[in-house]
Amino acid sequence: MSAFAAVIVRDVTLAFRAGGGALQAVSFFALTIVLFALAVGPDLSLMSDIASPVLWAGALLATMISLEQIYRPDREDGSLDALVECGDSLVFIALAKALAHWISTGLLLVAAAPLLALLLNLEGSALAPLVISLLIGTVGLSLIGAFAGALAAALPRAGVLIAVIVSPLYAPILIFGSGAASAGAAGDPQYGANLMLLAASSLFAAIISPLASAAALRFNLD
Amino acid sequence: MVSSDRWRWERAPVWSAAMSDASAFAVSLSARDLAVARGGRIIVENVSLDLKPGDAIVLKGANGAGKTTLLRALAGLLPPAAGEITLSDEDARVFCGTLNASKAALSVDENLQFWTALYDAPSGAAVSARSALGLDAFAARPAGQLSTGYARRLGLARLLIANRPLWFVDEPIAGLDAGSVKTFEAILNQHREKGGGVIVATHEAIDIPNARMMEISH
Amino acid sequence: MSATSIYEYANPAQFERVADRAFTLALIAALVLGAFGLYFALFNSPADYQQGETVRIMYVHVPAAWMAMFCYSAMAAASAAGFIWKHPLADVAAKETAPIGAGFTFLALVTGSLWGKPMWGAWWAWDARLTSVLILFFLYIGYMTLWRAIPDKTRAAKLAAILAIVGFVNVPIIKFSVDWWNSLHQPASIIRADGPTIHGSMLTPLFLMIGAYMAGYVAMLLASMKNELAARRLARMEQLETTKPAGLVER
Repeated sequence: MSAFAAVIVRDVTLAFRAGGGALQAVSFFALTIVLFALAVGPDLSLMSDIASPVLWAGALLATMISLEQIYRPDREDGSLDALVECGDSLVFIALAKALAHWISTGLLLVAAAPLLALLLNLEGSALAPLVISLLIGTVGLSLIGAFAGALAAALPRAGVLIAVIVSPLYAPILIFGSGAASAGAAGDPQYGANLMLLAASSLFAAIISPLASAAALRFNLD
Repeated sequence: MVSSDRWRWERAPVWSAAMSDASAFAVSLSARDLAVARGGRIIVENVSLDLKPGDAIVLKGANGAGKTTLLRALAGLLPPAAGEITLSDEDARVFCGTLNASKAALSVDENLQFWTALYDAPSGAAVSARSALGLDAFAARPAGQLSTGYARRLGLARLLIANRPLWFVDEPIAGLDAGSVKTFEAILNQHREKGGGVIVATHEAIDIPNARMMEISH
Repeated sequence: MSATSIYEYANPAQFERVADRAFTLALIAALVLGAFGLYFALFNSPADYQQGETVRIMYVHVPAAWMAMFCYSAMAAASAAGFIWKHPLADVAAKETAPIGAGFTFLALVTGSLWGKPMWGAWWAWDARLTSVLILFFLYIGYMTLWRAIPDKTRAAKLAAILAIVGFVNVPIIKFSVDWWNSLHQPASIIRADGPTIHGSMLTPLFLMIGAYMAGYVAMLLASMKNELAARRLARMEQLETTKPAGLVER
């Protein structure tokens, strides 16, 4: 197994072990949706109107709270040193770390979204655009988020800091992702364009984030 | 002025002529006028040393003197504030800090196997490192449930799995009982016999034959 | 070598000699340009045929919005310079530009809101330009929060520089996404600094105000850089009394 694959397997395994963050993020996702519904009140037609954007914002927040767990544990137990000195480039290791986060968080959020969509009375025709946009968009969320996690790797209790750093960087993905979900639900021809822009944003993050994360990690080694 | 040659490649002096054994190491490291900084402030400067195949250096110094910082710089994990480190193979170094780099939720074997993949070691490396450090009885136990001493043994196993010529070890025997210390000393000697070099930073009395003592002092 | 801090590799003494004179010049320029600019803006330019007297807010708003972006670019450029050439003055310049830029950004937001109120009937109507400026404001907040969160200033400089560069690369994408979002949901913006609504006589006060803001930025930057360097020198002297760098001795 290559170092790249080993990092993914290890991080995904850890996320599902006791104390891992995978289920926490999904639980948080579900809770934000329930709390939002309670705040809005049981107006089914209003709920179905705002279901897609609310689910998108909820998925984004759930991703955000899990970002601290990407690099800080590795920094605290010394395994960041091992990741840095292994033969592979740190850029690829950083890409593996972000993908592992997506598998253990983003994919679960995508899987949970249809269930939560039922709670919000989302129309059946809106489901596919929601799931597809989340599937593409959460990759970008994990990638950009991993960069923020790398910046704060050496800081204890950095959850809020990471959220403050990452929020403005998340704006395009939220706009294109939520836009795609809504346009797809309405049968709007902008659906395809939104999806393309969303995919482009995630791809761009896949290039920038590993480079920037690797640079940040090198300054978090002492 | 500030330079690090972690990203630079230079030709090695020809040690390999003397080494016919295929498993032997032949990498030496040389540091010239090295200065290392902590918190933006230079704490150790004018460090020049050579680590040749088979060499051992014991790094001494009071708490806070900068042993760990210097060791990390020599291991290539920190860019030096000044000076140069030259070695023939960038991937020749492995650093083992005071932290064991193991995951509490993974079993001993899972941790060892992860390092095997990470350092691109042959698949048998995990098992042989496990028995060399006396961890066979705990193979399936979560690393978080090991005693301090055994957790340290697991941390040290990384040195064997990585199988690299130059070892940089920070406080390897803190918390180890007399038997474990002997085991580690034997492992160090084997490594040096193969042509490996080692720098150990420690406060403890450690028996390393013909080791050079170096102290960080004013 | 007797260096005790990597900040000594820069030459702050030389900087301070130049900075003192430049500060005075920039301050005078800011005051003079600002006085003329405000005179033209308030008394010697036409009211807009649609917007009436409220158009005069533009002379405060547009240069502020312009400076918001200029300061972020300057911050990213200084960060890149500090990152690549490891020049501590560049790090200090980047750090001290952030609060000034955030101030201009905030001014642009407040004046934009004031300007929009009579037009929109609301203080905030998610106008595309203002929304982009709002996100830019949060980029500044993130940058400043990161600086404050990291106690080790050498590390903070490096990490904040990486964030500034990544943020800068993302600014066009954010801008595009907000325009895209706005065009889907909202009618076109009322507030425009370009286009046919700008009359020639409006350009004089606009450029004077931009000049005043630029000079004001330079003056504030130099003053706060001087402060920061003095604070660092003080901290270094305190450290120097307790610790000197050690050497390595073979025993």
